[in-house]
Amino acid sequence: MADIKKLAELFKELDDQLVGCMKCGMCQAVCPVFGQTGRETDVTRGKLALLDGLANEMLTDAEGVNEQLNRCLLCGTCQSNCPSGVKIMDIFLKARAIMTGYFGLSPIKQAIFRGLLSNPKLFNSLMGMGSKFQGLFTKKVDDLLGSSCARFNAPVIKDRHFNTLAAKPLHKIVPEMDSPAGSSGLKVAFYTGCVIDKIFPHIGEAVLDVLNREGVGVYLPANQACCGIPALASGDTKTFDKLVAHNIRLFVEGDFDYLITACATCTATLKELWPRMFSGDSSLKYDIEQLEKKTMDISQFLVDVLKLEPIEGNGDRTVTYHDPCHLKNSLGVTSQPRAMIQAAGCTFKEMDEAGTCCGCGGSFNIAHYDLSKKIGSRKAENIMNSGAQTLATSCPACMLQITDMLSQKEAGMDVKHVIELYADGLCK
Amino acid sequence: MGAEKLIKDFEAIVGAENVMSSETDRHAYSYDAAVLDPVVPALVVRPDTSEALGLTTKLCNEHGIPLTVRGAGTNLSGGTIPHPGGVVVLTNGLNRILEINEEDMYAVVEPGVVTATFAAAAAKKGLFYPPDPGSQTVSTLGGNVAENAGGLRGLKYGVTKDYVMGMDFWDVNGELIKTGSRTVKCVTGYNLAGLMVASEGTLGVFDKIILKLVPPAQAAKSMMAIFPSMKAASETVAAIIANKIVPATLEMMDNFTIRAVEKFRGAGLPVDAAALLLIEVDGHPAQVEDEAAIVEKICKANGATELKVAKDAAERDAVWQARRDALPALAKLKPTCVLEDATVPRSKIPAMIEALEDISKKLDLTIGTFGHAGDGNLHPTILTDKRDKAEWARVEKGIDMIFDKALAMGGTLSGEHGIGLAKAKYLEQETSRGTLEYARRMKSVLDPKGILNPGKILSLQDLG
Repeated sequence: MADIKKLAELFKELDDQLVGCMKCGMCQAVCPVFGQTGRETDVTRGKLALLDGLANEMLTDAEGVNEQLNRCLLCGTCQSNCPSGVKIMDIFLKARAIMTGYFGLSPIKQAIFRGLLSNPKLFNSLMGMGSKFQGLFTKKVDDLLGSSCARFNAPVIKDRHFNTLAAKPLHKIVPEMDSPAGSSGLKVAFYTGCVIDKIFPHIGEAVLDVLNREGVGVYLPANQACCGIPALASGDTKTFDKLVAHNIRLFVEGDFDYLITACATCTATLKELWPRMFSGDSSLKYDIEQLEKKTMDISQFLVDVLKLEPIEGNGDRTVTYHDPCHLKNSLGVTSQPRAMIQAAGCTFKEMDEAGTCCGCGGSFNIAHYDLSKKIGSRKAENIMNSGAQTLATSCPACMLQITDMLSQKEAGMDVKHVIELYADGLCK
Repeated sequence: MGAEKLIKDFEAIVGAENVMSSETDRHAYSYDAAVLDPVVPALVVRPDTSEALGLTTKLCNEHGIPLTVRGAGTNLSGGTIPHPGGVVVLTNGLNRILEINEEDMYAVVEPGVVTATFAAAAAKKGLFYPPDPGSQTVSTLGGNVAENAGGLRGLKYGVTKDYVMGMDFWDVNGELIKTGSRTVKCVTGYNLAGLMVASEGTLGVFDKIILKLVPPAQAAKSMMAIFPSMKAASETVAAIIANKIVPATLEMMDNFTIRAVEKFRGAGLPVDAAALLLIEVDGHPAQVEDEAAIVEKICKANGATELKVAKDAAERDAVWQARRDALPALAKLKPTCVLEDATVPRSKIPAMIEALEDISKKLDLTIGTFGHAGDGNLHPTILTDKRDKAEWARVEKGIDMIFDKALAMGGTLSGEHGIGLAKAKYLEQETSRGTLEYARRMKSVLDPKGILNPGKILSLQDLG
């Protein structure tokens, strides 16, 4: 009981934020997890009540609360619809950090976050080896989607259809870059992010291609590290702080007008979480804030800053768009990616529930695959019912999940990043 | 232990996956949207068939276990807070729309259907279900009937009770009771469906509800009028109705709420306006044009300083966005938000507004007021922090004073939020000792062991 008291003390720090929840229950209308299960412990109101219960020593089962806390996609839909404006994501991330401090980080997460993610060079070389040998364990299932599945019964992979590691990651194709501003008079830094680097390097090439075409200089430092969201979502603030500091030190070396990414999750992490959740070296705070102001999604940059011209020729490829939670809920970016699809000459078709989470949620997908799959299936059905040929989105993590879902349903559709449509003239 | 055996019995009825007994699960069903202390139930069950619901009720009665039915838990008076040691019965496994009949304009639904989902399904068939409580995107029809929920359209279209044609419900012995019918007229036996409306789960457990549907209005016109005083706004409300015009919605906001909404949305509301009316007339296009013109004239004659008529759907939406923003905008100002719904006869609105201002000054409380001016149902919203004990004591005093004033004006304790736990102690003040005794005698016969949502409406304290 003494320990529970200590834990309660820690949760009391959240009291000022928790008290803002008026328990109206409106989050029940939007939470994708609750939509599947209908259980109060799965919806934000219930989770906040559990944290409040711990803080006020009304509960003793801290492990049970921790388990519920992790049954959340961190999609932020509740926060953007909360009538009383509760800072739900802050509460959840802080609560996860408190829980991890209390229960400790699982050995496997320790190995991944502290051993691998924190050492970009080691991470890169291990993944490089993985890409060479993965063919032994996987087989292709859908050429259009580029998905594979396990060759034999594998415990973590289960029946997933996944995108394999790229033969050559982006950092091998373009190790680094520091080109001056061209005709646009602008220069941007490009933060690649792990999924683009290791699984979808082509998206990175498409970004560089369009920037080059538009006369934009690029600062692409070598040795970029993960943005830290997987560690933070698991309550590992130590690794998060380390990764943020590593990246900040890389980017302060460059001189650029904007920092762009093609990953919704990375963009939201840089803009929302780096300034708010970083608790490391305080001398970096200023640089983090400056970088935050310069950070934007690639389509936001191309549409709002460069005022992108539509490319010549109009094809008949119909494209629908999935709003990544981290662009829509976190940053309110919804019109620019759609504008890019149209600028690429594609015929745009809106799907039902375009702004509903795909169910990926990073490690949520690993810990709760069945639930993740149910949410993703609904997304896939909406995509297929739109009648489009191609699904476009702005987040490589969503692409992984949606590829899995469409591949399993044999949808006969492909999945692209909006920048690929534009760069490759796919709609011409 | 007996508890283990009981859990097994419930599992046999609803399936093991639908019985929740962990500490976290039970804690998550210990509250609703009312500002009251949580009460943790002993067990939570989720029947997903009609039979399972009946057997659950019967089993609770056999063992004398208190039973609280819960839909979305959006109740504002504590009606879904369970009884200590009791069972929470969830209805979200019973969420099927069984029939929407276009020829006879009715629908049959299970209690767990979400209000807005149902309204949308009716609209798809060209029909209209008017009750629109603020929580409609999550609230359930069973809960709406149990609380007699209202909404913005009460003045012209009535409230939930006006749409309940009949229902099947389980009594404590597990007998299915049938009342009302699918016909417009029905005088077969006692109007038990009427008794079930607003019974807050204390008299029976709803199984199926027959709801009336109406044809939707062909046209609508919305406007926003700004007034230099609450008095001028209230007189406008009275004048509109005196001119035999019944708007579909007639909403009011005070200066405090206007300022909060403007700070929240920044849509250009005049922050120095004392009051604002949001009005929508609907019906046949020609009638809408006529009525809108008359309303406009009345507003101006009563001193409206500004009047905006929505020209298209986007402008209409902007008008109603301001109203939808009222509660969120107020709620963001302080940690705790106590939303009251004392209701007075329409003509007493100016006096009630004055009384609220007086209470706010006297007790040093922050109160924003908005609400359904057309039907006298105001929402004085007290903004506070429940952790501040001294202020909280003044809030409780303020609530007492609001009720005193409303009753003195011939009003009622609750227009649409229900009595629940929060207002049970005031009931005698509005009615009489005899009324409460009558209700108790009835309850004691229908529910001899007192298992159905004990303590709601009829307080347990003075049971004698």
